[in-house]
Amino acid sequence: MSASNAQRFDPGFPSSQRTALSRRVVLKGALVGAGVLALPQILGACGDDDEATTTTAAPGTTGGGTGEVTSTELEVFSWWTGGGEAAGLDAMIAIWNSQYPNTKFVNAAVAGGAGSNAKAVLAQRLEANDPPDSFQGHAGAELSDYIKAGQVEELNSYYEEWGLGDVFPSDLVDQITVDGKIYSVPVNIHRANVLWSNPTVVADAGITATPESFDDFIAALDKVKAAGKTPLALAEQWTVKHLMETVMISKLGAEAWAGLWTADGDWSSADVTDALEGFKTLFGYVNSDYASLTWQDAAKRVVDGEAAYNVMGDWADGYFTELEKTPRTDYDWAPVPGTAGVYDWLSDSFTKAKGGKHPDATVAWLKLCSSKEGQDAFNPVKGSIPARKDADTSKYGVYLQSAMEDWKTATLAGSLAHGVVASNAWNTDIDGALGLFLEDKDVAAFQDALLTAHDTYAV
Amino acid sequence: MNRLRRWGPAFLMVLPSIILIGVFVYGLIYWNVRTSLQQQPMPRGPSGTTNYSKLWAERRWVRDLKNLGVFTVVFIVGSLVMGAVMALLLDKGVKGEGFFRSIYLFPMAVSFIAAGIVWRWLLNPSSGLNLIFDKLGLDSLKSQWWQSKSPWGMAAMAMPAMWQMSGYIMALYLAGFRGVPEELREAARMDGAKERQVYRHVVFPELRPVTLSALVILGHISIKVFDLVLAVSGKQGKTETPAVYMWDLIFQASNRPKGATVATLLLVGVAVLVIPYLIYTVRSERKS
Repeated sequence: MSASNAQRFDPGFPSSQRTALSRRVVLKGALVGAGVLALPQILGACGDDDEATTTTAAPGTTGGGTGEVTSTELEVFSWWTGGGEAAGLDAMIAIWNSQYPNTKFVNAAVAGGAGSNAKAVLAQRLEANDPPDSFQGHAGAELSDYIKAGQVEELNSYYEEWGLGDVFPSDLVDQITVDGKIYSVPVNIHRANVLWSNPTVVADAGITATPESFDDFIAALDKVKAAGKTPLALAEQWTVKHLMETVMISKLGAEAWAGLWTADGDWSSADVTDALEGFKTLFGYVNSDYASLTWQDAAKRVVDGEAAYNVMGDWADGYFTELEKTPRTDYDWAPVPGTAGVYDWLSDSFTKAKGGKHPDATVAWLKLCSSKEGQDAFNPVKGSIPARKDADTSKYGVYLQSAMEDWKTATLAGSLAHGVVASNAWNTDIDGALGLFLEDKDVAAFQDALLTAHDTYAV
Repeated sequence: MNRLRRWGPAFLMVLPSIILIGVFVYGLIYWNVRTSLQQQPMPRGPSGTTNYSKLWAERRWVRDLKNLGVFTVVFIVGSLVMGAVMALLLDKGVKGEGFFRSIYLFPMAVSFIAAGIVWRWLLNPSSGLNLIFDKLGLDSLKSQWWQSKSPWGMAAMAMPAMWQMSGYIMALYLAGFRGVPEELREAARMDGAKERQVYRHVVFPELRPVTLSALVILGHISIKVFDLVLAVSGKQGKTETPAVYMWDLIFQASNRPKGATVATLLLVGVAVLVIPYLIYTVRSERKS
């Protein structure tokens, strides 16, 4: 007998169909796989609806447009397809439709958290010379690939024309400037270095003051540990990288942190060793099951009273609001100890693609993105603060108001985990090194790998 | 002329598929290998086998291979054993065999990604199976893949895969059992063999070809495992497989040459498994 016997057996449907089915299942799985991976990473929102929505502008009733736009269409590419992000985008689209009723807004959004799917789709379109008019990107190094490939246009003249240099913090403008040129318009700002805490758990552990320095923080964690609660809630690997970045900023300061990402950055210094040792110390205080949790799981442990602290970006505030928790009572926040006065920021921004088919509409769109009206429509819904300093605070919640206050005076430090300071390729190498570090906790080997990554990618 | 008339129509019939497969399978394999021999920084120039030697020097790559090794062993052995046991139970004649057959086979109709999400919850520390074991006081049965050092955490990743594929293996074995002529079993029984001995000495030796097909099918699924791992654990070093690394390299890091290097190695891995099997099948078919 031969193996073909197996094919003769019919367990319910013909074998030819069986093969076809399994192949389709595998293929489908692979396609969806990319999307599901990144779902938990979506900033403050869950994309339950995987369909990219295409909004067609209804003929506007209030023709308040400036009249310069003659294109009949504008295609904007983003990965905002669910939750507050999509709602925020819709709010901006509504403004667009009322201002430019004759220009159809084509929402080319691609689902998949943190944009991993969207970026793959975008890369293909750019390579095929079929760019959308404007596309979303995390401000900073993540845009550098597009800049280097000459796929986005310089926007300096518009910054001058619209007076953006005065309304955006100068620190921010500096950080998104590459060789004197600006290529993107930031719509919103998120803060990564926020220490979320449960006031009750903290008080029960006998902690009276918010920890100010990293050493204070360790002392506080010790107290929580003694009280029998999880001192620091942590989740899957990207949140570990997020934690690492805030510890490094805390230990090194914003200036030295920024220096690390330049060509002269010294990753082999004793200061970096000390920062990484500090980071390692924290593993004595985290929940042992962190690898199996999403960031929401970890944040929830804080508001549920199982854990005292969690370091997460300010999208956690949106999540707590969804859980109907009261700010300052059910949960509280402070900068990560040692980073007071520093805003570890990340930002979604829009670009003007080179070779876009509707340049006039694109400029109008970017102007809307940079305007007070546009930013105040988008951000309260998305759960982030506007990049402009002159926004209308009354539209924002308690946390966001305090963040807007901090934003005005803060020193800026770009986020690593969210693509501001390092390119995607560099980030991938750091992920690899971090994955190995989590297994062996070997600081020397980790630092060595980080140094190699710097030497490979720093420019 | 006569030969042309005989072969011509048949050749024309298969020509489209030859062209399509030539372009989309072999052409793309060639393209992939070519990309893997280029260097990353633009402009892409030839780099020989540097990508390969660099990859093998990486701790991350070696760790990924170990992860894959553990996954493969647990997945294949588990699926074979469970499949054989289920087939044996059905072969001994249960009521409603068709019903059970469908039940066992059903998981295969679920995509890896959907199964992965469900198993993510089942294996979660605070829900699913772990919670049941916790309530029953069976703490020793709780999964703690998130704590185990890699590559051992991969054993947990293999569970959903086993759950999905063991029904299929059961189908293969059941067909194999049915393929053993009843006369052979009768003859063994006449010679005084007990039922256990009948299976041990008569039925199972007849099943070697089935086992071999099962090994090849499971093996190539295992080497390519990607969606399942991502669904259960996300992108984490602890549970990274070569296919996940490849995806990371191509779509996150935009490092196509390196991604193509991993892809080529995966293809070689599958080829090492499949080609000897194909040769074996062709030979044994020619014999019979």
